[in-house]
Amino acid sequence: MPMNKCRKSFPTHIVVFLAPAVIIYTLFMVYPLVDSLRLSLYAPAAAGGEAFVGFQNYEKLLTHELWAPRLQGALKNNFIFFLFHMFLQNPIGLLLATLLSSQIVRGKAIFRTLIFTPTILSFVLVGFIWRLILSPLWGISGDFLAIFGIENQPWLGLENTALPTLSLISVWQFIGIPMMLFLAALIAIPDELLEAARVDGATAWGLFWKIKFPLILPTVGIVSVLTFVGNFNAFDLVYAAQSELGQPNYSTDLLGTFFYRTFFGVQLQPGNPTMGATIAGVMFVIILTGVLIYMFGWQRRLLKLEIEL
Amino acid sequence: MLKQFRRPGYLIQFLLAHGTLFVYTLIALFPVFLVLINSFKNRRAIFRSPYTIALPFEPYAENWDTVGYETVFKRAHFDTYFMNSLIVTVVALLLILIIGTMAAFALAEYRFKGNTALGLYLALGIMIPIRLGTVSLLRLIVNLGLINTLTALILVYTAMGLPLAIFILQQFMRQVPRDLKDAARVDGASEYRIYWMILPLVRPAIGTVMVFNMIPIWNDLWFPLILAPGEATKTVTLGAQIFLGQFVTDWNAVLASLTLSAIPVIVLYILFSRQLIRGLTAGAVK
Repeated sequence: MPMNKCRKSFPTHIVVFLAPAVIIYTLFMVYPLVDSLRLSLYAPAAAGGEAFVGFQNYEKLLTHELWAPRLQGALKNNFIFFLFHMFLQNPIGLLLATLLSSQIVRGKAIFRTLIFTPTILSFVLVGFIWRLILSPLWGISGDFLAIFGIENQPWLGLENTALPTLSLISVWQFIGIPMMLFLAALIAIPDELLEAARVDGATAWGLFWKIKFPLILPTVGIVSVLTFVGNFNAFDLVYAAQSELGQPNYSTDLLGTFFYRTFFGVQLQPGNPTMGATIAGVMFVIILTGVLIYMFGWQRRLLKLEIEL
Repeated sequence: MLKQFRRPGYLIQFLLAHGTLFVYTLIALFPVFLVLINSFKNRRAIFRSPYTIALPFEPYAENWDTVGYETVFKRAHFDTYFMNSLIVTVVALLLILIIGTMAAFALAEYRFKGNTALGLYLALGIMIPIRLGTVSLLRLIVNLGLINTLTALILVYTAMGLPLAIFILQQFMRQVPRDLKDAARVDGASEYRIYWMILPLVRPAIGTVMVFNMIPIWNDLWFPLILAPGEATKTVTLGAQIFLGQFVTDWNAVLASLTLSAIPVIVLYILFSRQLIRGLTAGAVK
């Protein structure tokens, strides 16, 4: 691509164009991230202020009897939360997108717009709407479950059902994102390709698995990594529906709520910024690992596949 | 059409596809609908007949009651919250667009030392959530004397929105024909003028960036909770959260405040749904 020839005079305009973005981004995004990682290596000192302690905070978080169970609990819950999205939200999103890109469906725009609606609502609204629907006091969920012969329970209030219920609520809210991304990929497949396969006698099922799915693999990767980053960073829905304690008895505690509680404090427990920064450090490592696996594992393999084909 | 119907299984496929989409649409909308219709009823009717509709005229007026809305207007300052959300969202969006287009233009247009490195540096923030830096961000905001101000939220959301905005805008700016810019240069236009001239040409990308950022900023709970929890700076999302927490047993008030805080977003969605869906499906994410 031809670029502007280098000028003799100092290119002031380039600096003017770039400076605001670089300054704001560096000051309010990069600096806090880096400084927060630095803080995770410090602890409050007896003499006041903060003293460097190396990796002691991380050691404490992983082994101390007060911290380790909470970290393990939040990690496990977060992983389950992610599995629900990965294996329920994304396949259903793909199914809906396939239907919405199919030739036989009428009124696509209306279905698409309506199904996307929950995604635009805030976590606070979604959390409370479902708290009401699932409330045994109101009995709406009971009315519907009775149709299928399922006995109603306080789904969000019991330790063994709270996390799956919360995950399903989140899936309900966010199904629109994978649906739209898959839809975009499916629409981009050239019609001639599908027509040729149809002429060769491919069934709808065969068409999907042999032609469409391999072609949208890059989007499968993007959706997966977006789901991963979003889930391991989740906080709002738990906070709105189950409070920062991840009630009942920490059964819905995610890394995000654990981070918030630790750094901001809750009830009688005062906030601990350096331990909070340490939990953020753990989250950073997890999210970065996911992103790197996507960039160097998934994308590389796709590239190789394309070259071989 | 008729020919297609003769194909075996066509009718079954047709019904199955529409049936599935219809059922899922119901699942997506019913909870919201239920909250909406019950927010206009008296307490007894909310529990006795949750599936009926009440309206202010006969024969639907039996259960009509707006006591929930009265409580909300008396006890919460939703008008203030609404203005705060509006200011934060609009100003942050404008900043993201102005600053983002400027940086994207420079990265797409000029070859200078460190161009690629700078592009990568700015793109890092697409995948790493800004939330992880909250501990230091709070300290920074306190040190700048910006705690409990809308400015703090605006600055943070601008920083949060810039990486993806610059990334998307840059792709579009590269596609603007070279001749156009060179012709302007020959005519003696300054580089700033050329930037200004190009903006209308990347309008679709600007729309995409806008809708991508609008909803997450409006709906965010984390930063208002941490950086601006004061009564004067509460956003709708935080205001609703706190109000709902306090009035959790007052079903009328809860239903009314849920409806009130959903309405602005739904109106915005109806206005912008075309752009939003076009943005999401325009292959902006490659």
